[in-house]
Amino acid sequence: MKLQRVLALVLRHLYLYKRSLARFMEVFYFPLLDILLWGFLTIYLQRFPGAVPGAVSFLLGALILWDILYRSQQGISLSFLEEVWSRNLLNLFVSPLTAGEFLAATMVLSLIKLGLTAAVTIALAWVLYGYNFFLIGLALVPFVANLIVLGWSIGIVTTAIILRFGQKAEVMAWGLAFLFQPFSAVFYPVSVFPPGVREAAWFVPATHVFEGMRSVIAGGGFPLADLAWAGGLNAVYLLLALAWFYSTFRVVRERGLLLRVGE
Amino acid sequence: MISTLSASSAIEVRDLAKSYRNIEAVRGVSFDVRRGEIVGLLGPNGAGKTTILQTLLGTLTPTSGTIRFFGLDFAGNRESILARVNFSSTYVSLPYSLTVRENLGIFARLYGAAEPGKRVQDVLDRLDLADLADRYASHLSSGQMTRVCLAKALINDPEVLLLDEPTASLDPDMADRVRKTLVGLRRDRNTAILVTSHNMREIEALCDRILFLHVGRIIMEGPPREITARFGDADLETLFLRVAREGRG
Repeated sequence: MKLQRVLALVLRHLYLYKRSLARFMEVFYFPLLDILLWGFLTIYLQRFPGAVPGAVSFLLGALILWDILYRSQQGISLSFLEEVWSRNLLNLFVSPLTAGEFLAATMVLSLIKLGLTAAVTIALAWVLYGYNFFLIGLALVPFVANLIVLGWSIGIVTTAIILRFGQKAEVMAWGLAFLFQPFSAVFYPVSVFPPGVREAAWFVPATHVFEGMRSVIAGGGFPLADLAWAGGLNAVYLLLALAWFYSTFRVVRERGLLLRVGE
Repeated sequence: MISTLSASSAIEVRDLAKSYRNIEAVRGVSFDVRRGEIVGLLGPNGAGKTTILQTLLGTLTPTSGTIRFFGLDFAGNRESILARVNFSSTYVSLPYSLTVRENLGIFARLYGAAEPGKRVQDVLDRLDLADLADRYASHLSSGQMTRVCLAKALINDPEVLLLDEPTASLDPDMADRVRKTLVGLRRDRNTAILVTSHNMREIEALCDRILFLHVGRIIMEGPPREITARFGDADLETLFLRVAREGRG
């Protein structure tokens, strides 16, 4: 893997963010709307007798963490789609750039993107609602790392699907992560799921992160077991996603689909 | 038919075949392109030209056969070979939101240029594109985009250049300039060039040799004038029309 090639591709995408209002909005505008919407909703719900104690912490913490997962996935999928939209894929893949370097560059981009988004949402939550995200403490580091890795896995799978089925599958770039949201216990505990769904939900690494987060906020201590499960599942899913991506890339080369991805 | 000058061969293709399910797009094609040689890949639509170019670029895996660049097996040395090869086509583009200089700078880095900025300036000067350097790709005419894509193809000072209809969208003046650039590359850099085109006059003017494809096979090979003389045709266009319509030389 050549660092110069990875950085070249990162630079190519940073040029886009420097001067595109649409891409700038993707990083700042939508997270702002999310924080406003969920923040006001939380304040409203807290007025009712018997409201969940610490609802602001639960909901805003969950929202910020979910956004990290989503931006991580988008960093990979949308970077790939940018190349499809600009009919640049062929130029890239006839250069010495390898598929692994391409993925590495999109991972770096996803880190940059989610870093910016997280900074905005964390600051807004503090300014608007007095919510300090960092009160979650040291557990934040493995929480965030696990969500980033899950986002990468979903992003890699999405990219493989678009590679294989062309631009008609690009809706996956926005939709696939949300398929996991209802079963990740983002805004509610796993205990609300009916039997069957509850057991299945534990196979989603994000479920362990969000359960762990609620446990930390409720004063339950460092959720080691949850983090171990999330880390183990993520390792398996990332390997499977990479295996699937490389297998799809091989099929795409066999069938000459790279020329048709943009159709 | 096949040249045996391996020492000076930039590209060696042997028994190349590509099938998609029941369709045989390329059927056991063999040819060489020597260093400093300009070879035209001709044939009607569906003859297999694009398939051959894509296999040479590694974006399409052949069903069978071997491809060697500079004496090295392509399958086992893809990365190092592609660093010495480049490609341009009328049918690909460059990112619209970047300027010409930014686009070329990205590709200079992808191809491992030690001084990307200097390399970009050299290519801009060589192709007379300096006045477009800071213009966004979205503001280029199709002819200008084609020239910028050609500049991208020269960014690594390639030893082999693969071109898919490089002058298709250019006016006669620009097309002539591009042809002169290619001839200059061959003369100054000893670059091997494999080019597809539907412009038969261009092929006659530019190419040392042509490979005439029909339904996935090379049916004629040789210098353009020699081939037209051999088959008793006035020019390459007449020969092309006859082959495309009758399926034989």
